[in-house]
Amino acid sequence: METATNHNEISHEVTLYAEPIGHIGNFQITNALLTSWLAVAIIVTISLIIRFSIKKVPGKLQSAFELLLDGAYDLCDQVTGSRKISQKVFPLAIGIFFFVLFNNWLGILPLGGFGIVETSGVGENAHSAFLPYLRPGTADINTTIALAVIAVIGSNLFGILSIGAWKTFNKYVNLKALGNMAIKVRKEPMVLLTAPITFFVGILELVGEAAKIASLSFRLFGNVFAGEVLLGAMAAILAYVLPVPFLFLEVFVGLIQALIFSMLTLVYFSIAAQDHEEHDKKHGEAHAH
Amino acid sequence: MESVDYTTLAKALAIGLGAIGPGIGIGMIGKGAMEAIGRNPEASNKVFVPMLIIAAFAEAIAIYALVIAFSI
Repeated sequence: METATNHNEISHEVTLYAEPIGHIGNFQITNALLTSWLAVAIIVTISLIIRFSIKKVPGKLQSAFELLLDGAYDLCDQVTGSRKISQKVFPLAIGIFFFVLFNNWLGILPLGGFGIVETSGVGENAHSAFLPYLRPGTADINTTIALAVIAVIGSNLFGILSIGAWKTFNKYVNLKALGNMAIKVRKEPMVLLTAPITFFVGILELVGEAAKIASLSFRLFGNVFAGEVLLGAMAAILAYVLPVPFLFLEVFVGLIQALIFSMLTLVYFSIAAQDHEEHDKKHGEAHAH
Repeated sequence: MESVDYTTLAKALAIGLGAIGPGIGIGMIGKGAMEAIGRNPEASNKVFVPMLIIAAFAEAIAIYALVIAFSI
């Protein structure tokens, strides 16, 4: 806390990394971690309340969520193309959606004043920094990378479960195409040319998976973090009045980013569940007829 | 020799150059959406949500530049 001898101004800079606000043993608790726990607690509480008050004649809360769930399922069907895949992927997608949404919105709650003041240095060099308790979990690169890794690895596991390990493996390291070189070379010599290209495309897909993780995580982190910086800068220019329209913008951005993250997760899962060869065969038949 | 600190310039260039592409992109997205709504005003509800999502994709690239500018 600030002492009488310390007349430094308390500064608050928005840092790229989440600030530590406490310890449990050796385990450091950052404000982003605290906020994501809070988000999880809110989601669990709401879902338990709804779970234990389900009636045949729905009340207000239940009908609101039934409406929401119905709309979300329809949106999910549009992406995946079939109710069967939707039913398998939907719980993960909507879970990610609500987690990201609550994290984004908790960060812009006007409770930024709650926090601790940390003083570092001594005497003349003393410097007090304000550390807020609430920082959206999604404004910490660790959270978003974790979510992105879950989405990408989960989509590949889903691919293995739905089309088989061998086919999923061949998407990336295309041994099948190399094998076809030996088998089909007599019938169609062109395969000598096309198979190495197909193999190389498979390797590119492998790079693409890494790019998916990077783009997913940086998109979410960047948007939420930039929102924090924007609000801070606007409040510094003209406090209380100027940030208001930007607060509305951030509410909107939080919703859109949560939607985009869960939509992309859905897209990755439904792509992983598709069989490339079957797809090509169908196309070939359609052209032939 | 006196060394000059170019960090601020690097930050300004990173976000400044990085914002050009997404700016053009969002303009084109808006143009496409406005043209579509102008031709078929009833479809404005159907056009609006995809427009927002695609605009968010384009905006994300400017955000990458912003993150880089902050981390320099």
